[in-house]
Amino acid sequence: MKSDEYTVAWLVARRDLRLAFRKPSQLIQPLMFFMIVATLFPLTLTPELSRLRDAAPGVLWVGALLSSLLALEFLFREDAQDGTLEQFALSGQSLTWMLFAKTCTHWLLTGVPLAISAPLAAGALGVPLSAMPALVAALLLGSFAMSLTGSISAGLTLGARRGGVLLSLLTLPLAVPILVFGANATQRAITGDDIAPPMYMLGAIAVLGATLAPLAAAAAVRIGLE
Amino acid sequence: MSWVWFHRFGSPPWVYGFARRWAPWFGGVAAIAMLVGLYGGLVLAPPDYQQKDAYRIVYVHAPSALLSLMIYTTMAIAAAVGLIWRIKVAHAAAAACAPIGAWFTVATLGTGMLWGKPMWGTYWAWDPRLTSELVLLFLYFGYMGLRAAIEDPQKADKASAVLAIVGVVNVPIIKYSVTWWNSLHQPPTRLIGEADMAGNMVWPLITMFGAFGLYFAAVFLVRLRAELLRRERNASWIREVLT
Repeated sequence: MKSDEYTVAWLVARRDLRLAFRKPSQLIQPLMFFMIVATLFPLTLTPELSRLRDAAPGVLWVGALLSSLLALEFLFREDAQDGTLEQFALSGQSLTWMLFAKTCTHWLLTGVPLAISAPLAAGALGVPLSAMPALVAALLLGSFAMSLTGSISAGLTLGARRGGVLLSLLTLPLAVPILVFGANATQRAITGDDIAPPMYMLGAIAVLGATLAPLAAAAAVRIGLE
Repeated sequence: MSWVWFHRFGSPPWVYGFARRWAPWFGGVAAIAMLVGLYGGLVLAPPDYQQKDAYRIVYVHAPSALLSLMIYTTMAIAAAVGLIWRIKVAHAAAAACAPIGAWFTVATLGTGMLWGKPMWGTYWAWDPRLTSELVLLFLYFGYMGLRAAIEDPQKADKASAVLAIVGVVNVPIIKYSVTWWNSLHQPPTRLIGEADMAGNMVWPLITMFGAFGLYFAAVFLVRLRAELLRRERNASWIREVLT
């Protein structure tokens, strides 16, 4: 029997949330990684806050992208290995909606904590308090878009032998616009300019990703399972 | 008129024969056109009033840049055809496109850098068009990397096809980047109608566009033949063709 898409999506999301909270170490790892990356720059670049502030948007967004790449490894791999994805594909329910639910949950568990804790790292890099709300908002939108684009490449690399480096090679070119507009929004927030234009672009990319990426991801996963 | 002639393009033996017959013609005409275009561009065309002789690299740079984008689009269309109608030859064609496109992208970046040093004073600038062309190179690398990493050839065909289609979003970004952003790179030059270039500079450029396109066709057909030979190595028609 085919149940309606929202129920299916909700059930998948609930399952993923429950599984994730049983293995919290996997959730903390990308976050720790982000913090470490942010800490390395004052050590290697300069401890001077005024100069760090110039580099802060780049450091924060590259850090966020790298940590989201790290987290992408967990998106489908375990479910593919133990056969859950195969059951999803065979269940007769919409695989697109299931993967969309998985990706959203993945974002809730990695992107949202990262965005919320980013002010900590940003403060250490000399970003003023007034820029923090904009930074969090931009990272929320940006990490959502990154999770969505990443879901396509995570699906594509399911059939590959060595996932790791290939996953980054496939995701990075697609993530460039997110990085550009996200860092631009942060830059504008720091200098006190209007952040609306890059935020609109980020929003547009997120909406486009939410509509098209799950379709491509479902096609990719089906190919990987064949 | 029936559409049967079109279906021949889905048959590996027919395409193999077609590629073998036509590749030398495309290659020959490309060589002649390239000689004519280069003679026109390097000898007959006058030096530019601002850039002197340095502008002449455009005769290689612009056709390579156009082809780097066009080949990606061709690859994505071939991949989509293969994915939708499950045509083996289309997947082989997409696979044959990728390395050629990657080399044209490298040529575009290389000639652009050589020109940038005397003109902009730097080999590289982090400018939208340059950056998106570099991203195109990474897309080609990703496509070839994904293909190489998946052992099952049919799975590799389909997975890389999805990637090629997803990557198409980058093509309009490169094409229009100079119009959308304040870019260091000059806007597109009008070649026909109210042209921005003198006639004796334009015709060699148009010849070079044609020559590069034909050169691509020739190299593509050779690569397609190799790809078909590799994929169909167990088929009986190969034995007939090769003996």
